[in-house]
Amino acid sequence: MGKIEDLEVINGEGYQLTTLDKAVALARSNSVWPLPFATSCCGIEFMATMGSMYDLSRFGMERMSFTPRQSDLLIVAGTISKKLAPVLKKVYEQMAEPKWVLSVGACASSGGIFDTYSVLQGIDRIIPVDVYVPGCPPRPEQIIDGVMNIHKLVKHEPMRRRYSEEYRHLLGNYQIEVTNADNDK
Amino acid sequence: MTNKELQEALEAKFSSQIIASEELHDALIIELAPNDVHGFILALKEDNALSFGFLTLIGAVHYPDELNREFCVVYHLHSWKNAIRLRVKSYLPKSNPSIQTITDIYEGANWLERETFDFFGIQFEGHPNLTRILNMDEMDYHPMRKEYHLEDQTREDKDDRFFGR
Repeated sequence: MGKIEDLEVINGEGYQLTTLDKAVALARSNSVWPLPFATSCCGIEFMATMGSMYDLSRFGMERMSFTPRQSDLLIVAGTISKKLAPVLKKVYEQMAEPKWVLSVGACASSGGIFDTYSVLQGIDRIIPVDVYVPGCPPRPEQIIDGVMNIHKLVKHEPMRRRYSEEYRHLLGNYQIEVTNADNDK
Repeated sequence: MTNKELQEALEAKFSSQIIASEELHDALIIELAPNDVHGFILALKEDNALSFGFLTLIGAVHYPDELNREFCVVYHLHSWKNAIRLRVKSYLPKSNPSIQTITDIYEGANWLERETFDFFGIQFEGHPNLTRILNMDEMDYHPMRKEYHLEDQTREDKDDRFFGR
């Protein structure tokens, strides 16, 4: 296993003990499958982040998922027009829990320089965002920093969170239903 | 063919229709009444000598201060044969911004007229599908008209003090 030193463990002769929460979170954080939703120049920077120079696959993220159903992290990189907003929301809704969102660049985070009638003023108006990466566009180092912050969130997320009332309330703010299979238990 | 020759040829043929003509940025501009535009463009396309066979662009301009001439519809035509361009303008009143479609002359006018409708609300009479093309379907105004704000009106973080207003 990867960074076992990050976890609280009990080391014994030939075994290690930890909690299920932490073991699962560790596994998750080291294989986050991203779905790039790239629409403009931030997408080009993200491609550089993916490439051999910066190499996102060092963090267990080489597997780009171009289907929302098999991805954990939605990376929104670029300007989202109001016409595109329902598409982005649908993509988010189709992702299976647990899911995270990384908003890359000024446009995705706030509309950026496009303060105009046709551009969505930040994707957090339609979907919840976990980490924002500033920049116009951000350098690959900044995107990696954002990804590291996502990993930190993944690593410290309690397993119950996605079933909690608070989470349901959060998504309710965006008129999104929680899609956990055993949601009602 | 030069602009001068083109102007003379048009004056000879359509002198009763042409309201004004001028040369701006190396291209001839012809102004017509809205009702004359369709026949004029059709004649230009079918004329063997002129043969304006290509429609480059349809656009519009909003002049809010010009009474009963608020909207100007602009057609850019191109004659491959004579290697010359022509702009046709027609002014419409805001109370009834409608003009006959030219989709029956140029198929390519379809999307261009939809775009002009989308942004300016120009009604192209006889267009097969005059609906929004670029903006979201829920939009309830025509954003390039000057009475509407260019900026998004839902932002709360923009304090006028920070922008010198």
